[in-house]
Amino acid sequence: MRGARKLKSAIIVFPGSNCDRDVKVSLAAASGTPPVMVWHRDRSLPKVDLIVLPGGFSYGDYLRAGAMAAHSPIMAEVMDAAGRGTPVLGICNGFQILAETGLLPGTLMANATLKFICRDVHLRVENSSSMFTAGYRTGDVVRIPIAHLDGNYHADAGTLDRIEGEGRIAFRYCGPDGAMDDDTNPNGSARNIAGVFNQGGNVLGLMPHPERLADAQLGGTDGMVMFDSLVEALG
Amino acid sequence: MKARVHVTLKDGVLDPQGKAIANALGALGFEGINQVRQGKVIELDIEESDPKKARLAIDRMCDKLLANTVIEDYTIELNG
Repeated sequence: MRGARKLKSAIIVFPGSNCDRDVKVSLAAASGTPPVMVWHRDRSLPKVDLIVLPGGFSYGDYLRAGAMAAHSPIMAEVMDAAGRGTPVLGICNGFQILAETGLLPGTLMANATLKFICRDVHLRVENSSSMFTAGYRTGDVVRIPIAHLDGNYHADAGTLDRIEGEGRIAFRYCGPDGAMDDDTNPNGSARNIAGVFNQGGNVLGLMPHPERLADAQLGGTDGMVMFDSLVEALG
Repeated sequence: MKARVHVTLKDGVLDPQGKAIANALGALGFEGINQVRQGKVIELDIEESDPKKARLAIDRMCDKLLANTVIEDYTIELNG
């Protein structure tokens, strides 16, 4: 039953975060425990099972999206915790921040169209063996919204080959039928990549917003599966 | 000492903004433009007066924050 297991989580709030409360609602619903909100200037993290870096425009995307937040005081703690194996989920701006810290490979460049894109996209689940994706099946096609200007995933060919070989692609953009080509790639991402894991499998960054389709009343629950998976694995 | 850091995309990294600028220049009637690549310039005014030390310090600033070396190269220009 949803909410039967308790998952303790912390959501890091940066100046300019704007999806922190959305992900709080989703995690509270999945875990039965309200997440702790941690201000970016704090220098200590409560003991939690999961850390979330939410979407938004931390520091107004100054210099590069995520670049300033990556050096926020709390990020040293987040990086230490990630190094010790604490699960970290970065959504949209959170993914950009994780890429800037080097916790995740590659970087997020401006969309190939140079336009801000806000719409539902389809994703193919590439690896359902992680704590983040265990509730999906590999090959599932799910519908989750994106809302970003800088979501064009880029890494050099050697890095792409390596993370593919290691099963570190979590999601790829695709069509409703799972077809993957340039037409179903909204932002120009290398090899249609929408989300990647770190080497240890305890850090996931993705551009789509699972917290935005996590309630049937809001049009879908494909995103809720991720939060339920985390509660199942860590609660 | 003043310094200027030029941050540019690495060769081979697609530059949609540069491409859009090239298209716009073409639309304005400027001919013969083979390619446009854009980047940013960051001006610094620092206490250090020894050029060697200044360059070393700015190198570290670039690696840590000013450039994302996954996709960007940088050059440092010292003035006085």
